[in-house]
Amino acid sequence: MIEITHNVLNPELITKTTMKDTNGGVVTFLGTTRDTFEDKQVIHLEYEAYESMALQKLNEIAEQTKQKYKIEDIAIAHRIGIVGIGEISLVVAVASPHRLEAFQACNELVDLLKDIVPIWKKEIYSDGSRWVGSEHI
Amino acid sequence: MHLEVILFAIYKERLKSNSITVQIPQDSTVEQLVIKLKQDFPALASSETDIVVAVNAEYADYNLTLRESDEICLIPPVSGG
Repeated sequence: MIEITHNVLNPELITKTTMKDTNGGVVTFLGTTRDTFEDKQVIHLEYEAYESMALQKLNEIAEQTKQKYKIEDIAIAHRIGIVGIGEISLVVAVASPHRLEAFQACNELVDLLKDIVPIWKKEIYSDGSRWVGSEHI
Repeated sequence: MHLEVILFAIYKERLKSNSITVQIPQDSTVEQLVIKLKQDFPALASSETDIVVAVNAEYADYNLTLRESDEICLIPPVSGG
């Protein structure tokens, strides 16, 4: 299951899509929204995606990771739109026959997602806002 | 040829528009498009910025030749997660 949605994410449901009897464990990573940037108070976040390309890239990194770690079950869900502080913006669940591969694959997937998937995060402060990562372009 | 260029995030905010249109010669490359965009829309990004372009939902090399039917998007630094 790979999805980009405006809805609240349900980690339990997303994790369940990766579970089957031949797997010995699941690692689920939850990305949550932080309330501060340097000394600024973040009020909420806004995520935007180039959805068709983002879905394609999420599928690509999932396939690449499955092949590398010889695993079969990965789920990724990214929330977009306005996300309140402390809420879940990302769920990555990786199931595998053995624990180590699941931890490694999950970590690598989150890195790949942050490097190449066209999704953008904007922090909204009481006195302004910032597109994260776009400060110097 | 006329190309429509779709904008996201900071580029959309800076130009206050979801897309822009540029006129460039037939068989122009991505690099020529970026040069033209910087001339026509100086507010887009600083002159030193290597603007990343996606063509038909794939990251494009600067030497790729563009067609009028291509879906072209500018991709600011990504920050998902």
